[in-house]
Amino acid sequence: MIIVVDPGIREESLGRDEFVNPVARIVERCGHTWKYQHYASMQDHEWTHASGIIICGTALKDNGFLEHLEHFSWLRDCEIPVLGICAGMQVLCMIFGGSIRPGCEIGMTDVKVTSPHPFMPKSSSFKAYQLHSHSCLPPPGWERLAESAMCIQAVRDPKRPFFGVMFHPEVRNDRVIEVFLESCNG
Amino acid sequence: MKLGVLCSGGKDSLYACFLAMQKEEVACLITLFPENPESYMFHTPNLHMVPLQAEAAGLPLVSVRTEGIEEKELSDLTRALESAVNDHEIEGVVTGALMSVYQSSRIQRICHALGLWCFNPLWYTDPARYMENLRVSGFRVVISGVFSEPFDESWLGRELDGDATMLLSEYAQHYGITLTGEGGEYETLVLDAPFFRKKIAIQESEKKYCNFRGVLNVKRASLEEK
Repeated sequence: MIIVVDPGIREESLGRDEFVNPVARIVERCGHTWKYQHYASMQDHEWTHASGIIICGTALKDNGFLEHLEHFSWLRDCEIPVLGICAGMQVLCMIFGGSIRPGCEIGMTDVKVTSPHPFMPKSSSFKAYQLHSHSCLPPPGWERLAESAMCIQAVRDPKRPFFGVMFHPEVRNDRVIEVFLESCNG
Repeated sequence: MKLGVLCSGGKDSLYACFLAMQKEEVACLITLFPENPESYMFHTPNLHMVPLQAEAAGLPLVSVRTEGIEEKELSDLTRALESAVNDHEIEGVVTGALMSVYQSSRIQRICHALGLWCFNPLWYTDPARYMENLRVSGFRVVISGVFSEPFDESWLGRELDGDATMLLSEYAQHYGITLTGEGGEYETLVLDAPFFRKKIAIQESEKKYCNFRGVLNVKRASLEEK
């Protein structure tokens, strides 16, 4: 079972339809069961019942989760694969000692793979859909996998199966989520 | 949160409106009326029906004329949104974008510049589930334009009921059209929605059709009790 975490302004907000459901559709299509979870009510050990966690994006103007990062403290003990998308990548970076700064991209941009990894498309660059007002500086020791002209686009923790992407893979880059789900099978 | 819904009169914008109403307050509909019918960003077949839809829904309508020239269109849209902010105090915009990155990115940019929220509740929705939800939730939708093989003239004015949706699914499999009309293969007109206080009745319409392309031009319509 995959826990799909909504970092949106409140549970079942209008942003869920746009940022959580398209991800959940891919999870379903790959044959996984999933559970919707709003970040503010995530229990510390909830992850022990799941095989993977995806933290989704939010509406461009919705940055409320950054004021409530304490709701993500479970990440420090989490031992299963986690994929952070946009807002989710910002959360991963903030929890593990990275930082964010203003940096806005909207629409399709070129993304260059800087360090080939099964999570990234095989080509050296690809087009990806962006919708973010912040960019990330990854935590110390994290590997940078890809970048756009504006910012770092994909990171991973070399010690744990944690991945972050700034672009929205649910739009035209489904494969990124599919590969993540394959890694959740053990 | 008060929201304005960008409305073209078709199923996607009005279903997005319906979804938005379940979670936030919809304060107005917003429509651009292009003078150039070839405008590629906002489709046109029955835009003149939007005022009647707004009346049916009991919602104010913010409408702005646009010449339909690419860059001008965006400043016209900005003007429309500013006017919705001033007149109806909207804090965000809702669109019926399904998969068009082009359309949604441009609106996202304008909203970002104006400090408005932007929601696309039908974004990458499951097409079959969406078409089913549309029918079971009480929408009455007719085809108002066809722009692709294999649509014949009989589709103009045809109601999007179970049989029509099933046939569209077959077309999607055999002719490569999108089930939802996302690729511009057909356009729709909403005659009734669960949040309409009255429904729209077409009294007079005219079909223009040639070689898999045609429109249903509604000449006279009125509101009826539901």
